[in-house]
Amino acid sequence: MFLINCPFCGERDQSEFSSGGEAHIVRPKQPTELSDDEWAEYLFMRKNIKGIQFERWNHVHGCRKWFNVVRDTSNDKILSVYKMGEKPPVNYK
Amino acid sequence: MKNKYSVFSLIKNALSQHENWQQAWGNPEPKKEYDAIIVGGGGHGLATAYYLAKKHNLKNIAVLEKGWIGGGNTGRNTTIIRSNYLWDASAGLYDHALKLWENLSQELNYNVMFSQRGVMNLAHNLQDVRDLKRRTHANRLNGIDAVWLNTEEVKKFCPIINTSPDIRYPVLGGTLQRRAGTARHDAVAWGYARGASEMGVDIIQNCEVKGIKRNGDRVEGLETTKGFIKTNKIGVVAAGHSSVIANMAGLKLPLESKPLQALVSEPVKPIIDTVVMSNAVHAYVSQSDKGELVIGAGTDSYVSYTQRGSHNIVEETLKAILELYPIFSRMKMLRQWGGIVDICPDASPIISKTNIKGLYFNCGWGTGGFKATPGSGDLFAHTIANDEPHKLNAAFNLNRFVSGDLVDEHGAAAVAH
Repeated sequence: MFLINCPFCGERDQSEFSSGGEAHIVRPKQPTELSDDEWAEYLFMRKNIKGIQFERWNHVHGCRKWFNVVRDTSNDKILSVYKMGEKPPVNYK
Repeated sequence: MKNKYSVFSLIKNALSQHENWQQAWGNPEPKKEYDAIIVGGGGHGLATAYYLAKKHNLKNIAVLEKGWIGGGNTGRNTTIIRSNYLWDASAGLYDHALKLWENLSQELNYNVMFSQRGVMNLAHNLQDVRDLKRRTHANRLNGIDAVWLNTEEVKKFCPIINTSPDIRYPVLGGTLQRRAGTARHDAVAWGYARGASEMGVDIIQNCEVKGIKRNGDRVEGLETTKGFIKTNKIGVVAAGHSSVIANMAGLKLPLESKPLQALVSEPVKPIIDTVVMSNAVHAYVSQSDKGELVIGAGTDSYVSYTQRGSHNIVEETLKAILELYPIFSRMKMLRQWGGIVDICPDASPIISKTNIKGLYFNCGWGTGGFKATPGSGDLFAHTIANDEPHKLNAAFNLNRFVSGDLVDEHGAAAVAH
């Protein structure tokens, strides 16, 4: 349980948000060209990192907007919040 | 067995003030090389080592555990055991485990306190009723005992349930598997550890895996906090940390690790003699032999390795418990904890080879792995020893995420996720 600083509404309880999982997984531009392995990679395979993870959240019980979060999954500390379409901060790896 | 436990050994040791009990398993330093290494000393890992030694005659094996054995999800779950899954593949897998449970105390000469007190799954709306009835039919076609109970029969089986039609999620009926029940979680880990250790398996605690050494497409050994250990067969049974180990070998798995919580109340006199689960409202309850109510909650929705879980999840679970069992309204909760569960997209496990030779994974058990402990160990041991899956775990391969042949138990198996 933690607070998330929504870039549109400010700091709110995590229970107002829904997690969208790993961020920056790009939808394939030409799905018909993909092999089964590439589809599996896109649909199912996840880094599931213990440590610093880039992820998407939706303020589902608030403004209902999507945004990105950098969070350390080993202690739930949020390190950075940035909007959809923005480049991820480079100081985290 | 060197020190067989029996009523006579109990009397003998009682006469000597219980000071002469032998250590149940050894505490060796790792050797330089093993024929196979199991990563993860929980119930599944220890069971795997036990069956490798017992059925496949592989004696030079080690189990590496970064903490203490049975200290992860084996010691953190709500100990529910059942096999009433919808799909044929799952029914085969979980009922194989249930059959092994039925004889496990005798097999291990260790009382795992397996109690077939029945598991009842409640239906709260018309769709639940349809789904659960369909599941009882599917179970019976697979030879798994299952009955449908209407509201009056539910009330008769578990009189403390509030079956009033006026509650928010009224009880419209439920399914009952009488062979299902609970077991003592620590005893399972300890019993398998004792049995494996007896056959020469090295159980190495406080030994964390730091890296996997590869030579091309095959494994050569493990870097650990106790040095490099050579082996050409590695079985990973690391539950919530499976992805962490997979990343060491350059593999990605279709898993997300999330906290799942449970809590226990103060101990009270016997009040509920079965296990009642309700996946619509995310509340499971049973009573331990000490008298504590054992309550299971849902998972958090986000990836986390914190072994804590959110308060709002506990609050929602307890709200549901109180509506279903108003008699518990003054109970005090004593302890709350979380475990990290590795969830697959289809809510079924992976017991599989990988495309790296000698590297095997047993993971993805998600919120319900405890019930499968003996079956999982047996089938994973078979997979490692023969480099081929047993027919019961053939469907649970890693390749199903490429082929699309998923075993989709999400929502189908009375599983709450």
